[in-house]
Amino acid sequence: MTVHHFIILSAILFSIGAVGVLLRRNPLIMFMSIELMLNAVNLAFVGFSRFLQLVDGQVFVFLILTVAAAEVAVGLAIIVAIFRARDSVDVDEVSDLKG
Amino acid sequence: MPDATTLYLILPEITLAVFGMVILAVDLIWRERSRAALAWLTVLGFVIALATALLGWGWNMALFAQMYVVDTFAIFFKLLAAIAGILVTLVSLDYLRDRTPYRGEFLALFTFAVLAMMMMASSASLLMIYLSIEFLSYMSYLLTGFLREDKKSNEAAIKYFLYGAITSALMLYGLSLLYGISGSLNFADITATFAARNDVPTRIVALVSTALVIAGLGFKISLVPFHQWAPDTYEGAPTPVTAFLSVGPKAVGFAVLLRVLLTALPAFKNEWIALLTVISVLTMTLGNLVALRQKNVKRLLAYSSIAQAGYILIGLVSVNLNGASPFSGLNGVLIYLFAYLFTNLGAFTCVIAIENATGAVEIDDYKGLVKRAPFIAALFVIFFLSLAGIPPTAGFIGKFFVFGAALREGFLVLAAIGVINSVISVFYYFSVVRAAFFEAGKDTAPIRLAPPITFSLVVSAALVLVMAVYPEPFFNLAAWSMGMFGVAK
Repeated sequence: MTVHHFIILSAILFSIGAVGVLLRRNPLIMFMSIELMLNAVNLAFVGFSRFLQLVDGQVFVFLILTVAAAEVAVGLAIIVAIFRARDSVDVDEVSDLKG
Repeated sequence: MPDATTLYLILPEITLAVFGMVILAVDLIWRERSRAALAWLTVLGFVIALATALLGWGWNMALFAQMYVVDTFAIFFKLLAAIAGILVTLVSLDYLRDRTPYRGEFLALFTFAVLAMMMMASSASLLMIYLSIEFLSYMSYLLTGFLREDKKSNEAAIKYFLYGAITSALMLYGLSLLYGISGSLNFADITATFAARNDVPTRIVALVSTALVIAGLGFKISLVPFHQWAPDTYEGAPTPVTAFLSVGPKAVGFAVLLRVLLTALPAFKNEWIALLTVISVLTMTLGNLVALRQKNVKRLLAYSSIAQAGYILIGLVSVNLNGASPFSGLNGVLIYLFAYLFTNLGAFTCVIAIENATGAVEIDDYKGLVKRAPFIAALFVIFFLSLAGIPPTAGFIGKFFVFGAALREGFLVLAAIGVINSVISVFYYFSVVRAAFFEAGKDTAPIRLAPPITFSLVVSAALVLVMAVYPEPFFNLAAWSMGMFGVAK
């Protein structure tokens, strides 16, 4: 396993996540896709960190994990507020603002 | 334990962190009636932060393992952040009182948002950039969706959130590539690596990551094609939050972009100049053309603020720090941002004042405004003149230095497109003025102004005019603020 394997896997995961965000219309699934993108980034950081024999990449991963947890809290709070106001969370139906 | 100098230099951040937490705690304890004082506590926090930020002027030090820099450039943006904080808090008083019982939470989140802006201005490592941008983003999402019962506010928040999460993932991927190729998170080391290694694979990876970083910051600054969230978010968010989003994150987004491009990626200057030139033209043109057919004032100002980002980008594209020319591009960006802060906050304050009295935000509702509120109508003219860049206003000074830098660097076409766009923008700005002055409205009840709103309107308008007739101090401020780049003072 060289650094290339990690980076190629990370690129594939990132692409799957990006495609998921663009194609799916349920915010929860979009959310999961975004998490997949973030974890692809984590994999890249860990791979580079091992390759470079430096720890700061690993530290970065810890902080990304923590921040992603905060992101989930904020995102789910917004989704719950939308669901209470509309009884639906499909992003195509959330479209009062246009112009 | 950080030493005394470090603590002294991060006093503004400490102040805001403490005030934010105190506001949260006091909000729980105090009775409903005394909670009105919370807003004044918030303003006090911003004033102290402003004063303590000035204490660090001229230090130019890197703190916390070179990750956090306090230099005049960072302090310039901290001053902007604190001023924006004071003005937005003042104009949000009545708006919030009428709409939500959770004012303490709002003010605490807002204080943290300003804290995040200050941290962005000082970030000097890939890690700090990521953390501070996410900090500001989460606070902005929550503030945007703060009116929980309001469908529009929710919708604005989810759109903002989804776009923000995607672009921050893109930027993060760019940061990971940058780390992998350069072997460091520190800007100085990254510059050194790219100065030493110039083979094709390195360049390709570095260019991809530069583009991804520009995508992440372009979202904060609302550059085309990362602008789609802006009109919906600006329209749906509580109006004081819209005012804040249109100046705060945009200004510090530029601060981070400048710092990353000029201190970490100068090796790829030609490439990012080419990319940003295209983005600048698209941003100005799209923002202005779509603004022409807007009926809602908040939406109109959203497209206008997209277009303004395009003008500011001209200054960034024409950055040339060699020589002692008064048009270095960088000072144009700083002067423009300073002018834009007061102009755009002023324009939004007018919108808020009218919305408080009538609940209306459509251009049609502004008919006959001059009879109902001559003071607001007159100030609208000043702020719109400034946004369009017509003298004698601050916006003209900003555009003068930005376009001047473009001419100096030989970007004649870019400067010409900027001027044409400014002319287009006059049409939609003055559609609002025409409605206010020359068309008769149905309602004729006079609009009253609350003292805090009057105060912030007068301050904004005064600065917009003073910057135009006596620009020298602001010019000097911008020149001093470029200290970090080793520019002639």
